[in-house]
Amino acid sequence: MGVRDVTQPILTVEHLTKRFGEQTILDDLSLTVREGEVIVIVGPSGCGKSTLLRCINALEEIQGGEVRLRGELVSPGSKNLPALRQKIGMVFQSYDLFPHMTVLENILLSPTVVQKRPRDEVKAEAMALLARVGLAEKAEQYPRQLSGGQKQRVAIVRALCVHPEVLLFDEVTAALDPEMVREVLEVILDLSDQGRTMLIVTHEMQFARAVADRVLFLENGRFLEDSPPEVFFDAPRTERARRYLQTFSFERKRNHTKNENEHSERSTS
Amino acid sequence: MNWEFMGRYLPLYGEAALLTVRLGAEGIAGATLLGLVCAMIQYYKVPVLRSVVTGYIELSRNTPLLVQLFFIYYGLPKIGIPTNAAVCGAAGLMFLGGSYMCEAFRSGLEAVDPMQTECACALGLSRGQIMRHVVLPQAFTVSMPPFMANVIFLLKETSVFSAISLMDLMFTAKDLIGLYYKTTESLFLLVVFYLLILLPVSLLGAALERRLRHAGFGT
Repeated sequence: MGVRDVTQPILTVEHLTKRFGEQTILDDLSLTVREGEVIVIVGPSGCGKSTLLRCINALEEIQGGEVRLRGELVSPGSKNLPALRQKIGMVFQSYDLFPHMTVLENILLSPTVVQKRPRDEVKAEAMALLARVGLAEKAEQYPRQLSGGQKQRVAIVRALCVHPEVLLFDEVTAALDPEMVREVLEVILDLSDQGRTMLIVTHEMQFARAVADRVLFLENGRFLEDSPPEVFFDAPRTERARRYLQTFSFERKRNHTKNENEHSERSTS
Repeated sequence: MNWEFMGRYLPLYGEAALLTVRLGAEGIAGATLLGLVCAMIQYYKVPVLRSVVTGYIELSRNTPLLVQLFFIYYGLPKIGIPTNAAVCGAAGLMFLGGSYMCEAFRSGLEAVDPMQTECACALGLSRGQIMRHVVLPQAFTVSMPPFMANVIFLLKETSVFSAISLMDLMFTAKDLIGLYYKTTESLFLLVVFYLLILLPVSLLGAALERRLRHAGFGT
């Protein structure tokens, strides 16, 4: 298997429909994720971004369509679901470290218990990754002893140690204090530099712009835009996306005009 | 107080205490197992069995142990199942304790954040692995105080075993009172022996809870 097309699809979502009761959350969505691609999904609250990630990992039942990872069907009924999920790493907003285990035990659980890999080997890998995110000295501590940003970095390392082929990030900085957001986002940027395939749901627009190969704008369960970040942020194709982006630039615009006024006042005086 | 009398019947109390402890331990072990199974059935919402468990819990909690023992001890032979007092005592205690233990474990299982399970799913753990490595260790911490309370409660409930002619502590005391009218002495020994059994359990429970609280983990 020497030559492999680097742009080969790794994950495909076809005609995915998800309903909660009468309400349609995801409406006939299709999406292809290619190897090495970083896709950022943005959209207003409640548009179904998180639900989409959860459906990809078969944490939700779906009412139509299918999700395939390298051709294999991923659904709550799949017999080899635990094996498939090991190839789909997921990091949640609430970190969800296991509170009764140390940082290292958290990371080693799936590789040693589920994948039955040799403990020493996994431990070496875990320590290297922890060092990379600046947390090597926290290995023996318990989650309660860590800050939110540290916990989230541990959660990322924990997902990485399972050797996933694609990583899903579900608003991983939404619960963090502003200063901690950066330390987590930098880890994700680092992952994108390593060529990891990632699907990222976020409200951090500057970060989205920096990390994305493609930006998907989701509203009412449909993708309204699928553009490169330059296009999406500088010249969104739809009016709806433009209005959405304005909600982030509002304050800056006001400061901008204020500065301009000050500036003109100064220059006239 | 007649110390000579008490010295004479001390060995009798010792034997009775052993019976109480033995049947209590058997019944509590059974109740713990039964409670764990019932709590799992409720946690996983297993169809049909779930309703059976609910029915069992209501029946077991809302009838006195004495009545349960009568049903088992005098009822079962009527439908052709031979019984033996010791087995009946332990079985009765298990029947009563199972529902209390189930509630203790269920509250622990429910206290574990569902996100822990989802997160473990996402890491590729199977249902059994999630239960064993993620949910149960956290649930046990929460269940420990009600569990210990149940152990003490069930040990005390063994005092109705005398009703099915088991020679436990209560039976011995009543027997001696009936034979010799030494009420004060007999009851004094009864209290002492119950304390001898229950105090260590109580202290052990308190120590365990302290340790768990100390090791308590907030996320």
